[in-house]
Amino acid sequence: MARATLISDPTGAAASALTLEALRDVPPRSHRELTRIALIGNPNSGKSSLFNQLTGLNQKVGNFPGVTVDRKTGISQLTSQHRAEIIDLPGTYSLYPKSLDEKVITDLLYDKVSDQYPDFVVITVDASNLRRNLLLFTQLADLGLPAVLALNMMDVAEQHGVQIDIMALQQELGVPIIPMNARKGVGIAALKIVMSRQLGAPTVSFFEPSEDLLPMIRQIRYYFNLHNDYLALHYAHQFRQISFLTADDKAYIAELVEKYDFKPTPRQAQETIDRYARINDILLNTVTVVRTEKNEPYSNKLDKVLTHKVWGYMIFFGILFLMFQAVFAWASYPMELIDEGVTWINQLVQTNFDGPLVNLLTEGVLAGLGGVLIFIPQIALLFAFIAVLEETGYMARVTFMMDRIMRKFGLNGKSIVPLISGVACAVPAIMSARTIENWKDRIITIFVTPLMSCSARIPVYTVLIALVVPPQKVLGIFNLQGIALMGLYLLGFFAAIFSAWLLKLILRTQNKSYFIMEFPVYRWPRWKNVGITIVEKVKAFVFQAGKVIVAISVILWVLASYGPGNALEQAETRVRATAAQQQLSAEETDIRIASEKLENSYAGLFGRTLEPAIRPLGFDWKIGIALITSFAAREVFVGTISTIYSVGQDADMRTVQQKLAAEKDENGQPFFTPARAFSLLVFYVFAMQCMSTLAVVYRETKGWKWPLLQLFYMTGLAYVSSLLVYQLFK
Amino acid sequence: MSSRSAQAKTPTPRSVKDLRLGESGTICCLEDPEMALKLLEMGCIPGTQVRLNSRAPLGCPITLVVGDEDYTLSLRVSEAATILLKD
Repeated sequence: MARATLISDPTGAAASALTLEALRDVPPRSHRELTRIALIGNPNSGKSSLFNQLTGLNQKVGNFPGVTVDRKTGISQLTSQHRAEIIDLPGTYSLYPKSLDEKVITDLLYDKVSDQYPDFVVITVDASNLRRNLLLFTQLADLGLPAVLALNMMDVAEQHGVQIDIMALQQELGVPIIPMNARKGVGIAALKIVMSRQLGAPTVSFFEPSEDLLPMIRQIRYYFNLHNDYLALHYAHQFRQISFLTADDKAYIAELVEKYDFKPTPRQAQETIDRYARINDILLNTVTVVRTEKNEPYSNKLDKVLTHKVWGYMIFFGILFLMFQAVFAWASYPMELIDEGVTWINQLVQTNFDGPLVNLLTEGVLAGLGGVLIFIPQIALLFAFIAVLEETGYMARVTFMMDRIMRKFGLNGKSIVPLISGVACAVPAIMSARTIENWKDRIITIFVTPLMSCSARIPVYTVLIALVVPPQKVLGIFNLQGIALMGLYLLGFFAAIFSAWLLKLILRTQNKSYFIMEFPVYRWPRWKNVGITIVEKVKAFVFQAGKVIVAISVILWVLASYGPGNALEQAETRVRATAAQQQLSAEETDIRIASEKLENSYAGLFGRTLEPAIRPLGFDWKIGIALITSFAAREVFVGTISTIYSVGQDADMRTVQQKLAAEKDENGQPFFTPARAFSLLVFYVFAMQCMSTLAVVYRETKGWKWPLLQLFYMTGLAYVSSLLVYQLFK
Repeated sequence: MSSRSAQAKTPTPRSVKDLRLGESGTICCLEDPEMALKLLEMGCIPGTQVRLNSRAPLGCPITLVVGDEDYTLSLRVSEAATILLKD
């Protein structure tokens, strides 16, 4: 439908023809070099749709040099001989950055000598919201960068009765304009042709810095050898935040700013007002709005239900329930398949090869890899949900409904999504915290999310609860064990909320927390965008977090398989001797050997060393080993305990429980008293025993500071709580 | 912002915070200079008409329809209080 609109619209078609006509004499770019094109635009202007249309799956995520923000680039085949590198810049409303994300833009566009400097920019603009979208355009044009205007969402503009005289607008703005509908792919071909040409700088300027600033601007221009006044003005505005300026450069500008008594805030306010005045003039001559009577947008009607004080929350919790269902139930089938696949490969290797290298491969690398790959279905499903909620514009409404509640705890409306997802798995949950723009709110969210009880804690919970809590009915309907389990989840949730509140008091930030955001119009999700998001997140997880996880599992394997000197060999001979005496079966002998070897391995040694520290919590060295091994992932606890208590690796839970129940302390009394079991449970609620989470926090915060703080905080919390529980109840 | 001193003379200037649901007003000036920069960029220019469109279930944040385009802005009540209205 939109294609028909564009072609039947005489102005639009003529304008495209005019654009191409004007470019006919311009020589195409040299084919040898890769043109670098930056994509920039307001949030919700269809920028990511355009980026996905241009690059498809030829995308990669890396770091901006020296900045801790993701940089998305992709390769686009413009014409048969011409390829270009497209840089996707964060969505922004202006060139005065408010967040770390937006700072990336100024760092890229203000440094002409950088080898990252783009050859030109494609500016996406929402045609149905031209006034506000043109603000960024006029700023970019004044920087003198060659630019193309991608006039997106022409179909929406049409529906709103917005008629744009594209030829006149092109004249007024001084750059080629391509009317398009990126979601449907309309106009992409024309845009690619323009992008493959050598463009000149925009021919129109929109704002002149006021006369009294010219002496200062001239000095900055001269000192930095800049090509235009407006860029020099931005240096004066933002020198403190521009990362490529040296300390001397900054001192020089600071001196000038002082000397000329330059006041950035009122100047910037006045500039914005002037620009809007100019944009109003331009729109007066080029845009007519034919208002149809029944123009209450369907978005408003939907909002009446979706943000209703009763229905709104009910629908939200319904969606959350569906999401849980997906992550817990639907994901379990592909997860089992992956698990079986890894086990199959493992057995294949074990039956065909032998030697210590094979053990390293199977018990270290493959076990670690399996631990990574098994999360793929959960990550894919969770991000499918989140991408759809984002794409449709619903996420903004959830944020809107939750902001007031979450703010009390130093969180943000958007924190609700990671917190809820954290009950499934902290790894994708922490990745989803990216939607939170405010640095402080995002860090707090990332910091507290692992306290939500994830699915990996379930095996530990069930084994220990079944051991010490009787399966009794309370008040006729509730099961005492169920209540205990529920209590552990609530404990985690309240710990998360309380920690957030605590962190809110401690953290200082120079960024003011705003909640000023555009309410996007509801739209159908673009499945291509959803698909690309899923592939991208899964790839990021497998390659980035995977590296660390595999490395750690290899280290853990080495620690558990080797001991000082020939301690392991001695242990084996010892067991074989007693086994022969007691006439044990071969299977039982093997299990004993494994247990004895573990005790004498480096891991066992650590357990022994750890014992004095964990004795006040009620734990012995055997639990110490389990704590160490399950540091990589909590579910390892049950496996380790089975080995240590001489149970075969693949024994089912009940035998583990029987062994735990049979375990005696030095006085011959049952070792697992309720006090010990609850102490251990509480430890597992709080402790940061998940390498995957640490790896993903490292990746998301681009440094070791936060994962290490998290590790110490959570382990400390676990230790103190366990200590209290054991000392109070023993 | 230039008319801020003039505003100070009126005892209680009305702000966007005081609008009733569905009521419109014209922006006269922005009080908080730092927040003003963000609000200006989002189209809240003095002289622009805004309509209080909805409130979140707990009363905050709120949504405004800015200008004559169908553009909805969401902001906290404390932020809305810095947008003063013409009488």
